[in-house]
Amino acid sequence: MLPESGLSYAAAFAPALLDPARRTPAIVTGPNGKAAGRRYDVYRNNVTVSLIDALAAIYPAVQRITGAEFFRAMARFHVRSNPPTSPRLFEYGRDFPEFIAAYEHAQDMPFLADVARIERAWLDCYHARDAAPLPADRLSAVTPGRLAELVFVAHPAARCLRSQYAAVTIFAANRDGAPLLRIDASTPEDALITRPAFDVTVRRLPPGGAVFASNLISGLSLGEAAAAALDAAPEFDIAANIAGLIEAGAFISLACGDPS
Amino acid sequence: MSTVIQPTRPAAMPLRFATPIGGVAGTSFKPEHLPDILEAGPRRGFFEVHAENYMGDGGPPHRALEAIRRDHPLSLHGVCMSIGGPRPLDKAHLARFRSLVARYQPALVSEHLAWSTHETSFFNDLLPLPYTEATLASVCDHIDQVQEAIRRPLLLENPSTYVAFRESSMRETEFIRAIAERTGCALLLDVNNVFVSATNQGYSALDYLADFPLSQVQEIHLAGHAEQADDEGDLLLIDSHDGPVADAVWKLYEIVIRRRGAVPTLVEWDSKIPDWPVLQAEALAAQAILDRHQSTAMAGERHAA
Repeated sequence: MLPESGLSYAAAFAPALLDPARRTPAIVTGPNGKAAGRRYDVYRNNVTVSLIDALAAIYPAVQRITGAEFFRAMARFHVRSNPPTSPRLFEYGRDFPEFIAAYEHAQDMPFLADVARIERAWLDCYHARDAAPLPADRLSAVTPGRLAELVFVAHPAARCLRSQYAAVTIFAANRDGAPLLRIDASTPEDALITRPAFDVTVRRLPPGGAVFASNLISGLSLGEAAAAALDAAPEFDIAANIAGLIEAGAFISLACGDPS
Repeated sequence: MSTVIQPTRPAAMPLRFATPIGGVAGTSFKPEHLPDILEAGPRRGFFEVHAENYMGDGGPPHRALEAIRRDHPLSLHGVCMSIGGPRPLDKAHLARFRSLVARYQPALVSEHLAWSTHETSFFNDLLPLPYTEATLASVCDHIDQVQEAIRRPLLLENPSTYVAFRESSMRETEFIRAIAERTGCALLLDVNNVFVSATNQGYSALDYLADFPLSQVQEIHLAGHAEQADDEGDLLLIDSHDGPVADAVWKLYEIVIRRRGAVPTLVEWDSKIPDWPVLQAEALAAQAILDRHQSTAMAGERHAA
């Protein structure tokens, strides 16, 4: 679609904003014949710095791990190649974890992309639709013989993530500004992220817990989800896991088999 | 798709909009100040929020805004509508803006004479536009769409600029006056932007204000700016919103209030955000000026020299 006559200024002005190799657009000038180079650079700087700041606000633990200088250099590459497509900046950076995973200088921190995935999910959880979580006593009203058929409706804020690394412990240690202890990054960890009321909470799931939780969140029955979890981890404890998920606020209701 | 742009159009909305917040000073609302604000309880003043920060589905941002709105008038300030861009408005964004207006019933609703989106990229900055008949028609068309969506007049804010466009054929004041006449929109006069742009563009801030349609102004913005240099080594001011309002801007503000009378005034502070008492003190300084001029509405018209 071509802009109408007299409306080509944005197409001329925009391309150099995120591309330092391009020259100052010829359509702009300073007053009284002055040059426009440093003047146009104000816009370049505003755009680049504000978008790097937006990534830093979404990924504070990643920044704490890498240090600000490393983070901002990495974010600058990402901002220039993948600017946001929505004016809602809290939607920005969905592809940043993939970018980190492929980023040459971050290869000695293989856990970093998963920490970023937790931070991205944290923000989605933070902005998700409000909903009252399933009351803890609801399950006890279900006839034991019908438990296996139960299907849970996931809370809109609930997220489940898996990592081959100790991403949850690393996230938690770097998110709250606490003093850093040595962490064995090679322990696989899975995260449950929920917001039953005010605060976003990130929990570590026990073995089999992530298979169980993600199957329930995606609408499989309790029986199917438990079988898959037992397949993944023979020591999986159904009662403890379902109680833990309900207490964390992962669900809002029972879709079928609900006695009420 | 081609939008039919009419050279002139009748005002789609009433020109006058009684603001319930009169000559009151307010501040940007920053979530980190919420505990202090709630502890102090309801008081004279209003808060302004950037609309985009409240376009999520739920969660703590809406809870904070509900708490603020319960006790204080609200000003909803859009930052990303791209009214000054050549592209059609983002219909989904306009719908979200409209639903925020409906939900929070703000006393004031404003947007910028600027653009921030091109093709699929959102640049998160208030980018400038040339002032021509073609851009005037496009901007007016966009404002009509916004006002139809929110069913009330929009306040349009004058920009701070760092460059000029070779193709511009109108002064900024002339352009803004024509927008107000054609669309019936009201104006948000950012006095710091006037000072910044006047310095950067080499004109007099007083001349700009003399030419500005002050009678349409329903809100004023004040903010801090930073200093840099242009290619020739001359002063280039940056609209940084990261410090106190400059003395020269306070002087211009008092001149505006003396002529226009007391209108709601907002102190913006968006970066290097200070503790609440510091920001509140800036609003109190604006309030003191407003209070000196509460009864002199449009005195400038009566005593036009």
